[in-house]
Amino acid sequence: MVNNLQIAEFMDQTTGIEKPAESSYLNCIRCGLCLAVCPTYREYLKETASPRGRVALARKGLDGQLELTPNLIEQMYGCFACMACNELCPVGIRPADLALSMRHVQEQLHPTLWKQALFSGMIPRPGRMEAAVLPLRLYQMLGIRRLIYALGLNRILPNKIRDLEAMLPRIPQRPLRQTLPGVTEARGESRYRVGFFLGCAQNLLFSEESAAAVRVLARNGCTVITPRNAVCCGMPARGYGRLDLVKSQAMHNIALFEQSQVDIIVTDCATCGSTLKEYGTFLSNDAQWAARAAAFSSKVRDVSEFLAEIPIERPQGRLETRVTYHDPCHLRRAQKIWQQPRSLMGLINGLELIELPEADWCCGSAGSQLITHYETSTRVLDRKMENLAGTQAQVVASGCPGCQMQLLSGARRRELPIRVVHPVTLLDEAYEASYE
Amino acid sequence: MNSRLIDSMAKVVGKAAVLYTPEDLAVYSYDGTFAEGQPDLVVLPGTTEQVSQVVALAAQTRLPLIPRGMGSGLAAGSIPIPGGGIVLCLSRMNHILEIDTINATVSAEAGVVTADLQNEVEKHGLFYPPDPSSIRHSTIGGNIACNAGGPRCLKYGVTGDYVLGLTVVLADGRILKTGGKPIKDVTGYDLNALFTGSEGTLGLITEALLRLVAKPLYARTALAEFVSLEDASQAVNALLSAGIVPATLELMDQTAIICIEEAMHLGLPTDVEASLLIEADGADQQTVEREIETCYRICQEKGAHAVKIAETETERGKLWKARRSISPSLARKAPNKLGEDITVPRSAIPEVIRRLRAISASYGLPIVIFGHAGDGNLHPNILFDKRQPEQWAKVEQMVGEIFAASLALGGTLSGEHGVGMLKQPYLEKALGSTSIELQKKIKSALDPMNILNPGKIFPN
Repeated sequence: MVNNLQIAEFMDQTTGIEKPAESSYLNCIRCGLCLAVCPTYREYLKETASPRGRVALARKGLDGQLELTPNLIEQMYGCFACMACNELCPVGIRPADLALSMRHVQEQLHPTLWKQALFSGMIPRPGRMEAAVLPLRLYQMLGIRRLIYALGLNRILPNKIRDLEAMLPRIPQRPLRQTLPGVTEARGESRYRVGFFLGCAQNLLFSEESAAAVRVLARNGCTVITPRNAVCCGMPARGYGRLDLVKSQAMHNIALFEQSQVDIIVTDCATCGSTLKEYGTFLSNDAQWAARAAAFSSKVRDVSEFLAEIPIERPQGRLETRVTYHDPCHLRRAQKIWQQPRSLMGLINGLELIELPEADWCCGSAGSQLITHYETSTRVLDRKMENLAGTQAQVVASGCPGCQMQLLSGARRRELPIRVVHPVTLLDEAYEASYE
Repeated sequence: MNSRLIDSMAKVVGKAAVLYTPEDLAVYSYDGTFAEGQPDLVVLPGTTEQVSQVVALAAQTRLPLIPRGMGSGLAAGSIPIPGGGIVLCLSRMNHILEIDTINATVSAEAGVVTADLQNEVEKHGLFYPPDPSSIRHSTIGGNIACNAGGPRCLKYGVTGDYVLGLTVVLADGRILKTGGKPIKDVTGYDLNALFTGSEGTLGLITEALLRLVAKPLYARTALAEFVSLEDASQAVNALLSAGIVPATLELMDQTAIICIEEAMHLGLPTDVEASLLIEADGADQQTVEREIETCYRICQEKGAHAVKIAETETERGKLWKARRSISPSLARKAPNKLGEDITVPRSAIPEVIRRLRAISASYGLPIVIFGHAGDGNLHPNILFDKRQPEQWAKVEQMVGEIFAASLALGGTLSGEHGVGMLKQPYLEKALGSTSIELQKKIKSALDPMNILNPGKIFPN
């Protein structure tokens, strides 16, 4: 299985607008099954916040029964794109994809200037992104963050600011892009030539995790090539309706990895992985790029997926700890990867893996929902934290920076002493422990 | 909608619980059918007291109130009639109030999702048997208002058999409590039975006290495949005459199985005309084993091509997942489907299946047949494309013939979906004028201004 996502969009010749195809909404029989699994419906218990409701609104909006009002489009942005509805729908409707397509329709009709600036001028330019994170780095390096926590000032911040602040992991001194070598040699015999796609969040905020992932790959016979000029996978632009920018970022990344001549492309970010695997679909109508994009996407693996495919060294070290695992939507649903991270952690001696109730229920991160839909996001998060607290785990593993930041924020919000970590980092620690 | 009414509603239920944007109204204009009707206002009360005040306000303005839960109904019973009205959605009233393990009862608000209620009581070793296929996306209030059934009803009975007491808001806003924890109660009329299945036309059910039973400890499930649909329907009667009561005896015809396979890829046989899904359950393992073995033997005697008994919980889960997804899976075959729920005396099952197939053949539109064969409740689903007028005209005639076939064989229009708006044209044939006259008198006695879900069951 390469990818289960299908964007059934077509170009409407009379308007010149790319729209969702009729088949992507017309056959919804309104059975209501999707209401049961939708995190936003289950919080608000309102049809407007449900997948079936969004499909109905998209349909009425596209066939002219309703205007594409700001309120209608807002319902499309209210979707957390967790894809639980996509997976469940027996008819084959993909309400979460349809919500994304509607955002794209809106951006074509009424482009927003700030999106142009952010998604075209900023996010796909690693240098600018690194500069933008500088204030956050200073905030931490100069000890301001420690001071705020020591004085308890974080408690008097407005809730939203406090929860956003709490999302920040310990920020690395330098972005990983500047320190990770272009080529990391395999330890021992080189069996695979692996391209490593370093995502934005991993580069800027979770550098240590990606460094760990590269170490684990190298230990298991991979020569790891990390192209420094890779740009954002495109998910943020897609989430905000700029499929055009996603495509241009895709072309850049495809050409870049072609030069590296790698057998496989690995990423340790669930979101990047799911987007990279979609390049083939995004560019399927582009005669020049379709085949290249499909070839690129077929090489993409999540780091846990790849490590589960190849023979790997069993770590000798012990981690005496109680760990639970949260399934990122972009791994479990978009890539059908859920067993692999669990079995990798199962290799670690001493590690006790506790299954998290509702492990695949969205954490409420959905990229930027904590910023844009603070109330809904924290309500969905509270459900996750309730389940997490019940496991009494010391560590929660999750292979997605968005989920990790959300879980960090949730843990601080609830004052729950739990470490949030990438599952492959635990594997790295088990290797390093045996090395010592 | 006038802003004075919006303001006064907001004072009762809170601003966030009064919806009136075009988008909100559009998504509260449908249920689980193809029918639509736009409301003027949607109100989501949080307590019985609030419902009572909302009803009082509506009564002042004589605006119709249309009760709704999760909107999964299959008879267009929870959508406004032309002229609109106020959708009163009870989804926020989703609290389980009490689980009484000694008396084996549960008290819950109307908006509790049926599957959530089942999970909660099962934690206490108790069991709420009614299991409409929509258990995860329908509510207790809606289940009672439509007297919902489900596969397990063969052995355990329907929703109404579990209603011990109700809290009902009457048309003038008064709050009525019926029944109670005693299992026997003949003090006065049985008002529980009156409100159960009344589709929100007599009063608004806001809370329910439900009877529970001990949770069965063992269950075995079998799938029997038949080369001929006729043989499968004969097997149903043989099974029911053998002195055992399976919890479930479900029939799926070939088209149904093909649709599930296309949607779910479960590895079901697509080359046989029919399958029976049979489940035995109970407190004693040996009895359950013996029952499922008896079912196995009888199916083989009646010409089953293969009978498989699920060996693991995963296998059993797969069979149930298949059964539950039939109805929505049909949409893969055609843009529209019309699913009926005729119920006949079980002796008439082979004959009604013969007649359904004849109707399908004479109109040239597929009728998929599945359902709760054990209690004679079948779901013939006509597959069509509503955008093609000649198909829609055929569908209307076919529905008439399906109902006529059921009535001719001593059956009824609806076993578990209710009448709503969709079955009204056939009501008189089913009930006769005396019954309809009496029922209308009951309606006007309880709702003299006709504001509670008007235009449902009986034409307005």
